[in-house]
Amino acid sequence: MRLARGSSDIVDEVSFTLDRGEILGLVGESGSGKTTVALALMGHTRSGLAIGGGRVMFAGRDLLSVGQRELRALRGARIAYVAQDPTSALTPTLKIRRQLREVFATHGTERLGGISAERRTAELLSEVGLDRVPRVLDVLPHQLSGGQQQRVILAMAFACRPDLIILDEPTTGLDVTTQRQVLDAIRTLCDSYKVAAVYVSHDLAVVSELADRVGVMYAGRIVEHGATQSVFKAPGHPYTRALLRAIPSPTRAHVLVGLEGQPPRPGHRPVGCSFAERCEFAIEACRAEMPKAGSLGRERHWARCIRSTEIVGLPPLAELPERQLRAEAADGDPVSLLQVKALSAAYGAKPILRDVSFEVKPRSCLAIVGESGAGKTTLARCIVGLHAGWQGTITFNGTPVAPDRRDRGRDIPQRLQYIFQNPYTALNPRKTVGQLVEQPLRELFSLSRQERARKVTEALDAASLSQRYAPLYPDQLSGGERQRVAIARALVVEPELLVCDEITSALDVSVQAAIVELLDDLKRTRGVSLILITHNLALVRSLADDILILRDGVMVEHSPTVLDQPQAQYTADLLRNVPDLPVAS
Amino acid sequence: MNAAVAVPSRAARLRAFERQHPVLRLVAVRVLTGVVTLWLVSVVVFAATQALPGNAAYAVLGRSATPARLHAYERLLHLNRPLIDQYGSWIGGVLGGHFGTSLANNESVSALIGPRVVNSAVLVALSGVISVLIAVTLGILTAAKRDTWFDHSASVVALAVIALPEFVVALALVILFAVLVLHALPAVSAIPPGSYPWQNLNELILPVATLVIVIGPYTFRITRGAMIDALESDHVEMARLKGLSSRRILLVHAFPSALPAVIQVIGLSLLYLAGGIVVVEYVFDYPGLGAALVDAVANRDIPTIQFLVLTLATFYVVVNIATDVIALLASPRRRAAS
Amino acid sequence: MTFSWEWLSLLARAARTRRGQIGLVVTGLVVLVAAVGPFVAPFPSTVSQTSPFASPSGTYPLGSDVIGRDVLSRVLAGGWLLLGVAAASTLIGVGVGLLIGLFAAYRGGVVDALVMRIVDVFLAFPPLVFALLLVSVLGSHVWLILVAVAVSHAPQVARVVRAAALDVSARDFVRAVELLGTPSRRVMTGEILPNLLSVVMVELGLRFTFAILLIASLSFLSFGIQPPAADWGLMINENRIGLTVNPWGVLLPVILIAVLTVGLNTFTDAIARTSLGLERSTERLDLVASGIASEPAL
Repeated sequence: MRLARGSSDIVDEVSFTLDRGEILGLVGESGSGKTTVALALMGHTRSGLAIGGGRVMFAGRDLLSVGQRELRALRGARIAYVAQDPTSALTPTLKIRRQLREVFATHGTERLGGISAERRTAELLSEVGLDRVPRVLDVLPHQLSGGQQQRVILAMAFACRPDLIILDEPTTGLDVTTQRQVLDAIRTLCDSYKVAAVYVSHDLAVVSELADRVGVMYAGRIVEHGATQSVFKAPGHPYTRALLRAIPSPTRAHVLVGLEGQPPRPGHRPVGCSFAERCEFAIEACRAEMPKAGSLGRERHWARCIRSTEIVGLPPLAELPERQLRAEAADGDPVSLLQVKALSAAYGAKPILRDVSFEVKPRSCLAIVGESGAGKTTLARCIVGLHAGWQGTITFNGTPVAPDRRDRGRDIPQRLQYIFQNPYTALNPRKTVGQLVEQPLRELFSLSRQERARKVTEALDAASLSQRYAPLYPDQLSGGERQRVAIARALVVEPELLVCDEITSALDVSVQAAIVELLDDLKRTRGVSLILITHNLALVRSLADDILILRDGVMVEHSPTVLDQPQAQYTADLLRNVPDLPVAS
Repeated sequence: MNAAVAVPSRAARLRAFERQHPVLRLVAVRVLTGVVTLWLVSVVVFAATQALPGNAAYAVLGRSATPARLHAYERLLHLNRPLIDQYGSWIGGVLGGHFGTSLANNESVSALIGPRVVNSAVLVALSGVISVLIAVTLGILTAAKRDTWFDHSASVVALAVIALPEFVVALALVILFAVLVLHALPAVSAIPPGSYPWQNLNELILPVATLVIVIGPYTFRITRGAMIDALESDHVEMARLKGLSSRRILLVHAFPSALPAVIQVIGLSLLYLAGGIVVVEYVFDYPGLGAALVDAVANRDIPTIQFLVLTLATFYVVVNIATDVIALLASPRRRAAS
Repeated sequence: MTFSWEWLSLLARAARTRRGQIGLVVTGLVVLVAAVGPFVAPFPSTVSQTSPFASPSGTYPLGSDVIGRDVLSRVLAGGWLLLGVAAASTLIGVGVGLLIGLFAAYRGGVVDALVMRIVDVFLAFPPLVFALLLVSVLGSHVWLILVAVAVSHAPQVARVVRAAALDVSARDFVRAVELLGTPSRRVMTGEILPNLLSVVMVELGLRFTFAILLIASLSFLSFGIQPPAADWGLMINENRIGLTVNPWGVLLPVILIAVLTVGLNTFTDAIARTSLGLERSTERLDLVASGIASEPAL
């Protein structure tokens, strides 16, 4: 199968087969073309794209050559789709009942297997676990939570008992607990109806739990394919191997290895292997032509790499050293850098945080973990002075700080810096990297121009960005590069504490790994303390010396050993629900 | 003390009511701000006509001002009293339905303007309905058939016509259909006094056509844009992948999402008509509020000007409130957020 | 400052699109007529030359008008004032509106509510009606028309700019700068204003077109530029009664105004499309310009 925009190919040479009841996981980072493939399986392309060739054979018919009428009859009935973002995938103006029922009405399946649509609807709701939600059929989508919305979409997808279901990142954006429930529902439904599924995701751990087989996509091609166990335990393609080394594990704090560079963009892909530029195993022959799929013997396992037989023999993770955490923090300075005591915060009349107390030691990393709505971002904003509506005390270096940033003077912003979650909105698009990094120096110090230039270079260097980036604008950078600029902007004033608010959540895992290593390096070599705010327990494992679990604005647990000996039931549940790769266990 | 606890205070009951009827509350707030806006509008109108340093009486009489005539006019307009008093008696009169006496022919303003309100209302309503019907239908069709020759030609025509002044369109129509090319329709639309516009349909065609051409393209472009936005949304993609028919997708899944924008642009078009009728009525000699305003300005007939400007501004404010409330009702998410 | 040259680059990029080229050439032709016209007109524009509504002849290629003045000379002389007043009122109106909108959006709270209520009051007057109100009291003066048009523009611009500025102020990079203790004036000018560039450029185009419409309409109603001066709007009205005898006195000004507004509008469209990035999917342009939708992320 091949898809193209204009003359540049987006997706090329994608082939796989799927048997009844089998689940194929399609994994890849952003821009790899996985969603494009998923949609093309239903004969659908987004505007501007066209299917350039190939076949999608479904029960003996080629979906790419049948007429619109036949395609419509198949879609929703025999092939169903579950979209990535449930909030935008449901029609906002229609009640759930109508959106569910129109699937029956359109495909003439009101009386499937002699059961009335009424009973069938009730059955579906209980299958996806929505039967306990009162009046769920009579509400509009926005009145449901994200997890509930996604289950409504699952119910729609399974309404006509399809043969094949395409799931496009169905749990992205959901909390781990909700994700676990949705994944369980998917697995149960697929098993009980013998439905084949294509599960598209960037999350290798999720795919490893669900899929029988996986295809790893890179730059529009499947570069490796095989049984899940076999691919993840003994990858044959350097890209798969690199991805596995970049993923933090919830059970083992190994050093993460990021992937430098970016995948080539459509229209700029090389003649040879697309991954050659970033590959540590690349040789001259890799750049000559696109490698053919080479079989690795077992269970339809193959990889598009001329050195795959060598690589498959290398264990992907064993040689990655375990990180030593906690040890140095424990015998570090007894004096705390930041102390929060009995902090309560509210937005207007709505309480967000209640009685939160903790401290951050110098040269250490405290992780604040919680699901959405736990109040973690509010906590960060209270600390840095963006949210002034709180009671309690926050002491920095022994001095209490004012709630409002306007009353804090220059000293605090110089020693305490905040890095925002989304690197796409945190940098002014009208300023160059050089200007952005220089700005805090201009505001907080009076330095000569040479002095400023020297410090900017130093900060860029500390964030692993070369001087070459200084004249570029943010829109010329990738997400990871932008986040590095944000880090450089924070580092330029040589702060003592960095508050990092979910700073890797908008980034691909390979980029996340590099950022995590950067933060760890800053802590060790520059002695910067970190507050790491995250929902990702695996990330915490690789970086934190001390952990605080937050739920609905209240501290659940606070100790350096939360992940190994959880005391609270909530923490134990969270830990159990985090998907993990088979390799690490 | 006990009683105070048992009976919820009036404020508490009000809050409970607000919680149960968020839309009613919203309407109440909008109407209230509308009333305040209108009051401020009346102050501006008054200030512009009667309190500006160039004395209104002098403005009316111009070079023919003699001390005696000036004095007479000042008395007529109560210009010799303090400003607050002047405003009070004027606004009191307006609220009581007494809009003063026209300076042009000594008739009461209401008697002079009354029949013209009907004429203008017919013009605005007819132009509004026709342009919305045509423009919204075209907008939906072109969005559905995006990038076809039909879509492209409609968009190019709209882009060309959208910026034309009313009088240019009106004169082009007159030249084409009344004077130079064809002689099919009357070039002036002087509805005879005592008869209604719908009894003179022939005379309505050109004024209505002018206004439809002036506001239609705007409605069309907004509708098309909002529909394209809606058609590219995730939920429409989802509807396609559910195998629904194109018609159902267009009307049941896409159009409701575009509706708030369409309602807003209909509102904007109606607002535009409030100014647009001035030129169109003048060109066609159509006896409505707009032509009356031009006459009044030419005659410096202050009470009539005050009344007409206030009427048009009231129309503006009312349409604005109605548009906001209806658009809000049409979008469930925003309704929940507000 | 990046701000000073970036608007030029936006204009240059817009001018390279097909729409932009068409708009620029068409507008340029009319502007050329208006600018050079007064110097090349064969006859004085305010003095009668021949009999009223004389048909085109060798001496008077477009015939004469209602009191026998040369139509060609009047057309050549009758554009510059219209364009000049429109440009000046647009610059003032957009400038004032920009300041009001930016200030209200960034300050928020009571200041915002108060400023926007006042804006609402001025929005309640249809622009032409507002101009007529002022003219009825103060008489027709060029300066008054300039003020009336600018005052009609400012609240419209303020509303659009405020919506865009609210969107920009909500972004994290503004928070990042605030955390450094930067004074609000510099946050507004240094962080928010440069991100309103495209909105402002589109507003300038839309408002300029609209100013021409408004001033020409006022002149047409004989409350704008006053006789015996030559002006396109005024000419159309003066010569309407002779439409069947010598149509040129109406036809040519009508064509010039139509071509000018269409050209300007096309160029504005090109600016908006360019500033939204993609040449395609810019149907949101109208929604954005009318305040129905907010500017998508820059």
